[in-house]
Formats: sequence, structure tokens, C-alpha cells
Amino acid sequence: MIVTLLGLACFALLVVSLTPRLVGMAPLPDRIRNVSLFAIMALLIVIVGMIQSWNVALALLNLCLISSIMALGVNIQWGYAGLLNVGIMGFAALGGVAAVLISADPVADAWAAGALGIFVSFVLAVVTVMAAIYTYRNMAPSMARNLALFAIIVIGLIVIRYFFGPARDAIEDVNPASEGYLGGLGLPIILAWPVGGIFAGLAAWVIGKTALGLRSDYLAIATLGIAEIIVAIIKHEDWLTRGVKNVSGLPRPVPYEIDLQQSQWFVDLATRLGQDPALSSSVFVKLCYAVLFTIVLLAVLWLSERALNSPWGRMMRAIRDNEVSANAMGKDVVARHLQVFVLGSIVVGIAGAMLTTLDGQLTPGAYQPLRFTFLIWVMVILGGSGNNWGAVLGGFVVWFFWIQAEPIGSWLMETITSGMAEDSALRIHLLNSTAHMRLMTMGLILLLVLRFSPRGLIPEK
Amino acid sequence: MSYLSASNMTGGYGRGADILHDCTIEAAEGEIAVIVGPNGAGKSTAMKAVFGMLNLREGSVTLDGEDITHLTPQDRVAKGMAFVPQTSNVFPSMSVEENLEMGAFLRRDNINGTMEQVYELFPILKEKRRQNAGELSGGQRQQVAVGRALMTQPKLLMLDEPTAGVSPIVMDELFDRIIEVARTGISILMVEQNARQALNIADKGYVLVQGRNRFTDTGEALMNDPEVRKSFLGG
Amino acid sequence: MIPKSARAFWGDDAKHFPAPPCGSPSLFRNHGDARSFRQPSESLVMELLNAFILLSNFVLVPAIAYGSQLALGALGVTLIYGILRFSNFAHGDTMAFGAMVTILFTWWFQSMGISIDPLPTALLALPFGILFCIGFVLATDRIVYRFYRRQKAAPVIFLIASMGVMFVTNGIVRFIIGPNDQQFADGERFIVKARTFKQMTGLEEGLSFKVSQGITVVTAILVVIALFWFLNRTRTGKSMRAYSDNEDLALLSGINPDKVVMVAWIIAATLATIAGTLYGLDKSFKPFTYLQLLLPIFAAAIVGGLGSPIGAIAGGFVIAFSEIMVTYAYKKFIAYLVPESWEPDTLVQLLSTDYKFAVSFMILLLVLLFRPTGIFAGKSV
Repeated sequence: MIVTLLGLACFALLVVSLTPRLVGMAPLPDRIRNVSLFAIMALLIVIVGMIQSWNVALALLNLCLISSIMALGVNIQWGYAGLLNVGIMGFAALGGVAAVLISADPVADAWAAGALGIFVSFVLAVVTVMAAIYTYRNMAPSMARNLALFAIIVIGLIVIRYFFGPARDAIEDVNPASEGYLGGLGLPIILAWPVGGIFAGLAAWVIGKTALGLRSDYLAIATLGIAEIIVAIIKHEDWLTRGVKNVSGLPRPVPYEIDLQQSQWFVDLATRLGQDPALSSSVFVKLCYAVLFTIVLLAVLWLSERALNSPWGRMMRAIRDNEVSANAMGKDVVARHLQVFVLGSIVVGIAGAMLTTLDGQLTPGAYQPLRFTFLIWVMVILGGSGNNWGAVLGGFVVWFFWIQAEPIGSWLMETITSGMAEDSALRIHLLNSTAHMRLMTMGLILLLVLRFSPRGLIPEK
Repeated sequence: MSYLSASNMTGGYGRGADILHDCTIEAAEGEIAVIVGPNGAGKSTAMKAVFGMLNLREGSVTLDGEDITHLTPQDRVAKGMAFVPQTSNVFPSMSVEENLEMGAFLRRDNINGTMEQVYELFPILKEKRRQNAGELSGGQRQQVAVGRALMTQPKLLMLDEPTAGVSPIVMDELFDRIIEVARTGISILMVEQNARQALNIADKGYVLVQGRNRFTDTGEALMNDPEVRKSFLGG
Repeated sequence: MIPKSARAFWGDDAKHFPAPPCGSPSLFRNHGDARSFRQPSESLVMELLNAFILLSNFVLVPAIAYGSQLALGALGVTLIYGILRFSNFAHGDTMAFGAMVTILFTWWFQSMGISIDPLPTALLALPFGILFCIGFVLATDRIVYRFYRRQKAAPVIFLIASMGVMFVTNGIVRFIIGPNDQQFADGERFIVKARTFKQMTGLEEGLSFKVSQGITVVTAILVVIALFWFLNRTRTGKSMRAYSDNEDLALLSGINPDKVVMVAWIIAATLATIAGTLYGLDKSFKPFTYLQLLLPIFAAAIVGGLGSPIGAIAGGFVIAFSEIMVTYAYKKFIAYLVPESWEPDTLVQLLSTDYKFAVSFMILLLVLLFRPTGIFAGKSV
């Protein structure tokens, strides 16, 4: 049932976007085509709501919204300026860290036990870096300078570890089963969203300073590297984020189901609507999230559109289309690229913080640099690089099918293998492989779109 | 009829505006033909048109009487044309000898004789044959570039501003070598910024202005033409 | 309840996070007993010898083996970069694909009782893996990359396409062999066992040398010699260098670009299969780890200078040695060299082993900052 409906919807998507081109008809007017694409998408979610459950549909919607925001961030970098960021996940993870540091309750014992040591090692790290920079600037290039730099870094690391190690151990020994980390500031989690953006922006600035202005491949590899490092830090620095033990129970910006079920007005409302209070409480919570996320999405979208159509946006696209002549016209290409790279990363950081907020916990083990990033990339390219609406649509479509690929895939495999014997080894192997096929499908989609429809569902104007 | 005859060429790059207008360039066997003219006159473009790197809307190119208008540059190489671009005309990370070998890539016969000839022409290259071309001086690099082109045993050698960026002494020497090459019966078509020195050695000179033939005569006659002197040779 | 939390999302195998990409597990085992086993030694010479053997066992030998694997991987990346001018993100998964085919053939040979004991059967299966991998890579080039080459697309487009190829390849590998660890090593395990070494020399420290390490080093040396012979001595090899050096001039010289590209893919596939199989023999085969190898391989290629084969080899060893040296705990080593009272009571480890692969990225950043063309001046723009 669901598969049939989804199939129909996919077919509609294809018809609206591709048929005119295939049969040589004049394409539908942009506005009508775009509106119908979004309408089909909305319909898909409604279908899921009706067939599976509204809970599932809303959970899907919320993640679609977050994906769209990330896709917008990537579109700023890739669509506006042609910058290839392969470390999107790292920036999203920084947003997640911000959520923990802002909203988790501070752990007083841990502060008492190790905050001083952490602070001292932080200061020492800064001192080491400064000393290295000072040496680099003030010594003539020579073997002696290299040796001096090497010595500074090695001694610095040893001294830092001397202070850092005990402090870390002390912090991690404080009630390790549930705490063992410094905790956060205990502020409302909404504050973490802008802070996540700032964290991501700072990281982007450092990376951009290094790798922008070199060839595009270097930026790609440098961003991949920073993403791996950020995740490694989050996973292994237990004193900061509890590592793979996860920080759970982060406060919410919306009411808790249990509170709703106990408040009279909500129960009244639910009964008046003829719904079960328990079920509707969780729907209500998800609706609250959806409203919050939609507000952020609309704000980012509005700002992006404004930026894209401003002189700044036109200049960015001019640089993207012809870097050499833009450079010759006196545009500081590297500085512009740095701007746009930081801006895009900020948006991704915000979305990352939102994701952790929605989850209510930080699970460092879940961030996987390449595949997460890749998904966002498929969103942008499928939606239409350079077009903000396209990025939003891409975010919805790709996320939707990423989630629904599992039922579709198992149904497909069941059908394919239905003729085989119940205990056939091949059949069992095929059925077990369904789960791995999602990423491969995404890879295929990317290759097909890139080749046959490189401008995406909603092309750039 | 001349060995190379490119007549009435009209065309430009890709679908852009025409750069050449009814331009004609010819070179007989063993002759040195030189294209001169002010900046932006389409000198290099004319040479690229001869070599097939340009879409011609009108006109034709014949080599030894054979129409080659529709051949690709690679095919023209096989027909006996050799082209020395103005910049990046060597393989920098390969040795001098390997550069020469690559010049003869299409040949299946023994290339040692030709290589000896090139070394005779440019003795310094023999000395530096194990050195990477990228490490040589500008003048030596030009010699490698010319040598590489000669390795195909061409009938027509085309040089795009061979003396750009080399010192006057090196320039004189390079021109001497070019005369020597021409004496072996190879036709030479050359675009030059240094019009006066180039016309000195030219059998035939073409003065182009805005993609059109302005003056065409022997090198000597052009040198003595007061109008050419005034406008293009600085008095 | 949220039915699908982000945990489940980012992948189906979030739980198999990669094993550390290099180093033998014994590296961890040995920290604890550093003090307890210490006995008064007779002479300074013995102390020095012990220190040297200790370092060889835990740093030198593993780093040489790992460096060889990285070098072979980086050679493939640098070659494709030199000829096709893009960073091939799919290279790690090409390694996985080649290794997978080799493993399948190994199993088949094992089941038929064919073996070349004491060497691993995988060596016998390797040529088949290489052949299949070449076929696969040429098919990808025909289906994916050739189109963009004809279009003269920007390198970035190639790179994105290679990401697509990467995920498709990864999917194929996991579809065929599954996402789990696969065992395929057989034959003798050690050339020299630590215990035998101790008995032979009477030293406190043992030196172990695995067969897989020996094979890795020997194969790497042979492959590199063959590759350099090909590039420097044969007509086709020279034409590839010429094409990489100056594409336009190569075309003017009559070099056939299609052939150059094809040969480049063939060599890259061969190198990838060999590197992938050696890595699998030395550590273990698991499709996901090859994705993780991408970063050190790229770091090696860039550090050496993209497009420079000799640079790729140097880069591979720079990265391998840095990773292992920076994360090695020197406590016991220092203990051998200094009087007992000076013995350090910390591990004397610059960076925790958790950050092993972060080391390659830091080196990469330094190189990008100070010498973007790499040690052997590859292409930077």
C-alpha cells in the first residue's frame, strides 16, 4: 500500500520535473512547476501520516526541515561560490557540542576537581602556539629555526599533558556513570543554536584561512580532515562531551509529553478532538518543534534570498563563474570566499545544534564524516545548485527517501526474491543487504543528476 | 604554388566574433615567413588558424598542394607541420633528451639521427641532455622547444614569438639557428614582436593590422618601405 | 518517542566505527608492564640495544609496513591526479573492491586446497583481484568520467562525481562481501617471533616481524621499481609523464590522450588492489576501514606533492612515521636510556592513540600553510 502510493508520488515528481524536457514540450512555467514540486512533497508527508502515523510523519518533517537548513548552508558555499566543503558533518557536530555546553547542567564537583587544570593547559596551549608563531616570524629560515619550532611544540605538548592529564582524570572520575564531564552552563537550549553557528563559523575561518586560495581539491580534503578531527575530539574527550557515553537528557525548548498529559487544558483539548491524550501529546511536541524549525528555516531562507539577490550575491556568482576575470577586476576573491565559507558553515552549525536539540542528546559515535556530508551534497545537487528553494526542496526529497528507502528497499527485495526458495542462501544474502543499499542509491542518484540534469530540480535563475 | 598556402582566412575562436578577415599567409620551401604587426593585430591567431586551432568560416589551408583545412592539429602534425607555442612549450619535469623523444612520439623509425642533428644545431642541449627542461634558462628552454618540434622531421616549422622574454644576444643566436634550419629545406612561419630583427632574416614578411593583411612583401622591401618603417618599426 | 533518532540516521553501521588504522594491538598491551619487568641490566650496551629493539618493534617495523601501504595508495591517487587532474575520492573504495575480489579468489583457492604455504594464498589470488579491479575501474571511467572529460568539466565536478562513484563502489563491496570483518590470511604468521628473538639474543626486548609485514615491504619495493621503470624507461610511461607535465604540448606531439588515461586507470587499479590486499593481510579486511584510509592517503599524496610519484612514496612514509611516533609512549624507551632515578612516571606520549589519524591531517595543514606544492613540488594550482 505505502509502496504503491510512494511510487505514484515519485512518478509525479519525475513527470513534473522531467517530462516536458523528454517529450520536447515547452517546460511548465517555473512558478507552477516549483509550487507543484513542493505540493507533491507535502502530499508525500501527508500520505506517510495517514498510512503509517502522524508521529512518524512529523518526525520525518522535523528532520526534513533540519536537512533543508543544512542544505541551504551548503548551497551558500557551493551554489553561490563554488566552494567544495566535504566536512559538513564536522560543522554540524560543533553545533551539537554547543547544545551540550550551553544547556547541560554544570557539574559542580567536576569543576572543583579539574577546571583549574583544564584552564591552565588551555593557557599553556595558547602560549605554545604563540611561542611557535613568534619563533617562526623572528628567526631566519634555517635548520635552527626548524629545530627550535620542533622543540617548542614537543616541550609544549609534554608540559600541557602534565597539567591536562590529571585534570582530565579527576573530572572523568566524578560520578562517571552519569556525569564525568564539566557539564554546560545550564542555559536555555535555544541559545545554543546561534552559539553552534559561532563555533562552526570559527572553525570555518581557521580552515578557510589555510585552504582557500589553493586549488579546490585542497579545500575539500582540508574540510574532510577537520571534520574527522572534530569528531575524534568529541568522541574521545570525555571530560568535555562524555565521548561515546553520550550526553543525554538535554533540556527541551518545548514542553514534555508527560507534563502535557498531566495538564488539564491539554487533556480537555485532546478529548474534545476525540484523540488519545498520550498519542496527541507526542504529536503536539513534534508540532512545536516543527514550528520552531520552520521559523529558523524561513529566516535563513529569507536572508539567503536577500543575500543572493544583493550586489554581494551577484558579485559572488560572478567570481564563481569566472574567477580570473573577477580577480583582474580587483575583487579580492580569497577574502570573498572566506566570507561565504564562514557564512555557510554558520548555517550548518545552527542546523547541527537544532539536530542535537531535537534528539535531546549528543551521540558522538553517530557522526560519520563522509556519508553525512554526502547526503547533504546530494540534497543540494538534486535540488538545484545555486537556488535556495532548490536546496530546501532537495533537503526534503532526499531526507524523505533516505528514510523511506528502507521499507521500499525491503519490499523490492521481497518481490525480487519471492520466486526463490525460502532457505536459499542467495535470498537470505539479498534480504540482509537491503540495509546497505541506501548509500549506494544516493551515490547513483548523485551520478545520474550530475550527468543528466546538472542544474537540478529547481535550476538556478 | 607555395609549400604552405593559407588563403582568405576568416574566423575566430569558438562562436566568438571574427578575428581574422580575409587573411592570407604563404611560405615556400626553405623560406622564412614572418608575421609582424601591432599588439592585438591577430598575429598569433593567424598562426593558430594555419595550425587548425581556430574555426575558419571562410578560406582554406593547403600544405604541399593538399587541402588540410578540416584536419585537427594532431593530424596536421602527422602531415609534417610542427608548432612551437609561445609559452609552456617544454615538458618541465622531463629531461632534455626525453623532451626530444616526446617530440618524435609519432615516429616509429630510429630517431637517433634526428636527435644528433638537433644536438648539432643546439650544442648546449647535448651538454644538458640529462637535465630537466624546467631547470634551464629561458633561451635554452626555447632551444629545447624548437628541438622538440624538429624531432618530427617537419616540412613546416611554426614558431609563436620564439624570442619573447630572452636577451638580445640569445635572440640573435636563436635567429641564426632558425636560418640554419631553413637552409635544410624546412619552411618556417614565425610570429615576432621584434619586427625589425625578424624582418632582417625574413624572405617574406606579412604586416597584419586588425586581422587583415596590410603589407606583404619580401623582408628587405618591407624594411625599406617608409610607411612600414614609420608605423611599425619605430622610424 | 521519536521513532528515528539521528543516531540511527547517519548510517547503518554507526556501531562499527573503524579500528585504529594502523599499528599492532601489542602497542597498547605493553604500556602497563613497563616498570614491573625492569631488571638491573649488566651493561650500558645492553641497555642501548634493548632500547633500540624496543623502538624497532613498536615504531620502526609497523611504520615501515604501514608507510608502504600508504605509499602504494598515494601513488594511485597522485597518478590519477597527474593525468586526470582531480583528487579521486573513490580510491579508498577501489582498494576495498580490489581486495574484496582477491579475498573471494583466496577463499575459492582455499576451498580447493590450493596453497603456497608458508606464503598466504592471497598472493596467488592477487592477479585475479587486479584484473577484476582494472575491469571495474575502466567501466567507471567509461560510464562516469569520460563524459566530463569530453565536456572539459572543472576538476571540482570530477571530484563530486568521484564521491558518487565512491559510495556506489562501497555499496557494491558491502553488497557482495558484507560490512563485517573478513578473515583470509593463512600460511605462516611470523618471520621472527618476539620470544624466539629474545631467546636468540638474550635481550630483554623482543622483536617480532610478521609475514604480512615482510610481504608488504617486499611487494611495495618491487611495485615501486616496476612503476618507475615503466614511467622512466618505456615509451608509454614517458608519454604519461609528458601528458601530466603539459597536456597541450603532449597533444601537439601526437600523444593519444585516451590511451594515456586508460593506462593511468589500469595502473591505479593495480596499485589500489595491491595496497588494499596488503593492508587487509596486515590488519584485517573491513569495507569501512578503506573509507578511513582516504585521509592519510590524501595527506601522503599532498605532503609529497600531488602528481609526483616519488613524493607520494616519501609522503606515505612521512605520514606513517609521524602517526606512529607521535602516538607512541616513550616511557619504557627512556627508562632504558637514563638512570633509574630519572625514570619518567608518565607515559611520555605526545598525543593519545585516539588521535592517530588526526596527525596526518595536522601535517597536511602545515604543508598547505608553508609549502602548498608539497615536498617534491607537485602541482598546487
